[in-house]
Amino acid sequence: MKKQKITVIRPNGNSGNPRRQFLKMGGLAVAGAGLLIACSKDDMSQMPDVQPKPISGDGDDMTPENGIFDLGEGDLGVLNYAYALEQLEADFYTKVVNGFYSNISEEEKIVLTDLYNHEVNHREFFRAAITGAVEGNTDLVLPDLEFDYGDLDFGSRDQVLNIAKTLEDTGVTAYNGAGRLLMNPLYLVLAGKIVSVEARHASAIRSLINPGSADFAGDDVVSVDNALDGALDPSQVLAAVAGLGYVKTAFTANFLP
Amino acid sequence: MNLIKFLDEFTTDNLVAKRSSRREMFGTFGSLGKKAVMSAIPFGLAAMPAKIFAQDSGNAAVDALQLALTLEYLENEFYNLAINCTVLPDGRPRIVYEQIAKHEAAHVDFLIAGLEGAGVEPVAKPEFDFTAGGMFDPFIENGTDKETAYAQLLALAQAFEDTGVRAYKGQATNLQGTPFLTAALQIHSVEARHASEIRRLRGLKGWITGNERGAGMPEATQAVYDGEENITQGGVDVTTLGDGSPFSIDASTEAYDETITGDTAVAIASLFIKS
Repeated sequence: MKKQKITVIRPNGNSGNPRRQFLKMGGLAVAGAGLLIACSKDDMSQMPDVQPKPISGDGDDMTPENGIFDLGEGDLGVLNYAYALEQLEADFYTKVVNGFYSNISEEEKIVLTDLYNHEVNHREFFRAAITGAVEGNTDLVLPDLEFDYGDLDFGSRDQVLNIAKTLEDTGVTAYNGAGRLLMNPLYLVLAGKIVSVEARHASAIRSLINPGSADFAGDDVVSVDNALDGALDPSQVLAAVAGLGYVKTAFTANFLP
Repeated sequence: MNLIKFLDEFTTDNLVAKRSSRREMFGTFGSLGKKAVMSAIPFGLAAMPAKIFAQDSGNAAVDALQLALTLEYLENEFYNLAINCTVLPDGRPRIVYEQIAKHEAAHVDFLIAGLEGAGVEPVAKPEFDFTAGGMFDPFIENGTDKETAYAQLLALAQAFEDTGVRAYKGQATNLQGTPFLTAALQIHSVEARHASEIRRLRGLKGWITGNERGAGMPEATQAVYDGEENITQGGVDVTTLGDGSPFSIDASTEAYDETITGDTAVAIASLFIKS
């Protein structure tokens, strides 16, 4: 697996170059022959404009030698997508619990340790579930991603809790948006079992950040008119995740909306 | 689920961890006859108007939405009464309940609009009885002391929220392939946020460990938590996926919320429905 730096900016930034808002990807990576065959023209035409586009825009990028993993399409693509997000969460909390910020309260230690436990469990579940689903064709399983948190100060309570909030809220939004993409009802139920735990996490972290407030389900994240949580397509979520700058392994999501 | 046991034990006395005498237990039991019979009758066949629990429209998605609306009616009325009574302390409890009340009201409106938009008549709002036939007094309508009433207010909220999360999850596959799935998921995660905060307000973790209903919850609420001890996800025993604390039984159950069927959700809600 070739490691590439993801060079992105936040999706809400006012970049002069919208293509840079997305994961720097080599276009249509070939993850497995089956996926390419199964990819109809319709799938492509339904993709929104925000679809990650090749930076170099060269047909040569669409070759397997490029070595960039694509999440795949359909249920497999969604599972790999969830696996990517869980890898990030699990890795983040692993770093958090391996060096708690100073003066951490007992309550915060318990919450963050639980989140570490849950997210590592989720990560390993997806690894096992996807590996089982592809019947041994591990080329279709998202590889272990590499992360680098740059300037993030794990010794800072504010920084750790705020990134935790972002990751948990993002997870909720991602699973909510991905549910409709799943065809297998078993996967839908599994996603449901996980998303509500992510929402419980988000609520708890928000409550730690601003105790005694309405932030656990704040107006910034639950719509005021209909009281709905967020739901975003994978391309939107991945753009936001890439905007954090923590994911160092490039991958594409060319078959997901 | 043992509804008789549920009704028998979900009492004011038990909520504050006092032991009822056997005689009192029998007395309570006797007064619950009607309630228990209603609860034991399958959804839609009890003495309730058929239109309230029209779970038999022949359309699984419509049934799912009608069930969701019924649960939202219940939560909506519960939180409205809660924020308008004197039991709720100022500060965090009031702020939390007011935010949740706002959401549940919006969910009711949203589901009604969705059903009407789909050309379906929404179920009517049932008449609720949060005393469950006189067992509780969360809004101090019958002279219960404030401490007990507040304990009931919190315990009922936890039971409703944790039930709501499981009920929405249980309906997801009935909504699959419809435009309502995403919206239902967006409500589902809001209910989970509520559940977490109410649990934390009660001094519990925001997530469910095993099938533990949590300290201070009467044994009668166990039906809300039964099945949460599951460790097999997608055919995989998740405790076997690695070593260390993430794969303990506790963590492996906390990391996944479980579904309940529509029937179970209705049976729980029915305890608080008069007609």
